[in-house]
Amino acid sequence: MDNAGTFRFTKSVKNLNSVLIIIPMVLLFIGVYGGLMQTLFRAGIIQSDPFMGGDYYKGLTIHGVLNAIVFTTFFAVALGNALIPYSLKMNLNSKVAWASGILMLVGSILAGLMMVMGEATVLYTFYPPLKAHPLFYIGLVLLVVGSWVAFFNWIPMYLKWRRENKGEKTPLAVVGMFTTFIVWLIATISVAVEILFMLLPWSLGLVDEVNVMLARTLFWFFGHPLVYFWLLPAYVMYYSFLSKLADGRLYSDMAARLVFMLFVVFSVPVGTHHQYMDPAIGSQWKLIHGIFTFAVALPSLITAFTIAASLEYSGRKRGGKGLFGWIFKLPYFEKDKWFFSYLIAGLVIFIFGGISGIVNASYQMNTVVHNTAWIPGHFHLTVAGPVLLAFLGGSMYLISQFMGKSVKMKGWTLSVPYIYTIGVSIFSWGMMRGGLIGMPRRTNTGASYANPESILYQPDWMPYIDISVIGGVIMFIAIVIYIVTFFATVFSKSIVEEPEAEVSFPISEPLHNEPALWLRNFKPYIIIALILIALSYTPVIYDVLQSTYGGSLPYSPDSPVPLR
Amino acid sequence: MDKSEKLALGLSGALLILFFGAIMYAGIAKDIEVPTCITDMEPFATDTLFQTGPDTYELQMVARMWAFQPSTVELPVGTTVDLYLTSQDITHGFKVTDHNINLMAVPGAINYMQVTFDEPGEYVFACHEFCGAAHHTMAGRFIITEETEPISENLVEVK
Repeated sequence: MDNAGTFRFTKSVKNLNSVLIIIPMVLLFIGVYGGLMQTLFRAGIIQSDPFMGGDYYKGLTIHGVLNAIVFTTFFAVALGNALIPYSLKMNLNSKVAWASGILMLVGSILAGLMMVMGEATVLYTFYPPLKAHPLFYIGLVLLVVGSWVAFFNWIPMYLKWRRENKGEKTPLAVVGMFTTFIVWLIATISVAVEILFMLLPWSLGLVDEVNVMLARTLFWFFGHPLVYFWLLPAYVMYYSFLSKLADGRLYSDMAARLVFMLFVVFSVPVGTHHQYMDPAIGSQWKLIHGIFTFAVALPSLITAFTIAASLEYSGRKRGGKGLFGWIFKLPYFEKDKWFFSYLIAGLVIFIFGGISGIVNASYQMNTVVHNTAWIPGHFHLTVAGPVLLAFLGGSMYLISQFMGKSVKMKGWTLSVPYIYTIGVSIFSWGMMRGGLIGMPRRTNTGASYANPESILYQPDWMPYIDISVIGGVIMFIAIVIYIVTFFATVFSKSIVEEPEAEVSFPISEPLHNEPALWLRNFKPYIIIALILIALSYTPVIYDVLQSTYGGSLPYSPDSPVPLR
Repeated sequence: MDKSEKLALGLSGALLILFFGAIMYAGIAKDIEVPTCITDMEPFATDTLFQTGPDTYELQMVARMWAFQPSTVELPVGTTVDLYLTSQDITHGFKVTDHNINLMAVPGAINYMQVTFDEPGEYVFACHEFCGAAHHTMAGRFIITEETEPISENLVEVK
């Protein structure tokens, strides 16, 4: 296949990609530390932590923004910067790539400083009328704009390749990365409108009031496709790498392409399913977003089949017999195939993440779980499950290729996903079970509901809060092991002679390779997506504008009196 | 596309249609709905509870940093309450334990849901959207008594 083999990146691009992985890894670890502290706060074990102080909600903001927005965006850009030149055999424009990286870094640092200074304790959803410092919003804008610049850098490469390779299929990894960033671009336009035209001028004092429901609606226009922006790079790695790592083939190339096109079509017109319990939006429009959410579950179900079929092919090739024998022949514990463990463990977690996600999307059923601890239980089985593990494995692989290192402590590296899987399963079970009996999310329960001396004490919730502490501690241990092996690799001696040495990726070849002529062009799918978005969001925005009254002055989290 | 793949695709589609059918069944046959857009209600800033029929009440509840008003609501068993909820300041959340009632309280908008209390007891509601420093202390409760007579001191104001 044309995208097999190796490729020479320039030294500048290699350095950039290393920076785009190492700095977010440090930020990720700060966020993960925050996560551990939050489980302890929630159980009432601590009332203050030595680094971030006694403000649970400040730590929670840092945890959410650094882990779910900063780390993920950087990794998606680094993966694109790696796989697109590699698959198209074309070098990146390194000046534009660096400009994008610098925008993202400056933005993340600005937003990070504001959070650490306690000037942006608004959680990662930054719902008004809680107001953050203007620099927090500016930082987020720079991060997003930087990721757009990275995408715009790839578009001319893609178009040039298509001109020069008429009649050939675009390499699957490129299709996957473009799907990721097409979804991202469409989705982030709405949050850019929210920030630039509503929150930033209001935070600066140029406008007095903001329409809270409109801001929430624009946020969730972005907020759900954001989920696919996390998930799709993991899908790219499942489709591109997993079968190769297991000595097999990707079961169907066409199914993979169909999946990506379905994500282009259905990722965005679904956001209102996060607002089922909101006022000012007609329930019939909520139901339509619910139907589209089921439609977007379809590509994930197809993925489940294709990946399982690919693994079965691999397992049988490796000597697996009988109906289930192939399952035991996969390279779960082969040190040289450590990357496999990151992908397979995530897939197992995602079975439960996906099921709980369908529960959330199921309209009336959402009444039972909305904003309860079930929700963080669920998304730790998605973004903090398959996505995190695939991104950690991918980060380790990319850094070893771009810095010319061999992965150190491979046995430990290999064990991380399994330890983490145990931890996150326990954690999420506790959170979800607690959520079903009414335990709220985003709440410092340790200071009230989990405190036996408080009049609000809820003894029924205690076992589940304590279980989530046990899971959280195990998750933290897994990440500490990962960070040690990651930096042991980064600081080890280089194994390559020259800085521009070739790099390679384990790209799978397809078992069934159909022409799939109708899946070769993004354009019709983008047009369908835009039509669905217009149809599904026009009535929602109309309802919001029609039925809300008055605007909201800005508030600080510390006082019930508005700031002006 | 080979046979097994077509089968998987068909089964996936059928599963999703089944789920969707369950939602429609719950909505149409069981009348379980999610909040909708309320346009026939005047904005309110103070809490009010009044009786609208033998077993029916209307409750206008206000969420604010960091309390629900009213924070304790006493009602006889078998009561159906038309609950209207809004916020005076920032966004809050409202969920009653053991009842499928879950609402966002958003400033500038009125949310609505109907709830029936069939069993006597205490039902806690806790704010579930981050609303500032004392968010975790923002809670209240419904006290459902065996009494069948309405509890008059509870009626804040009669329209």
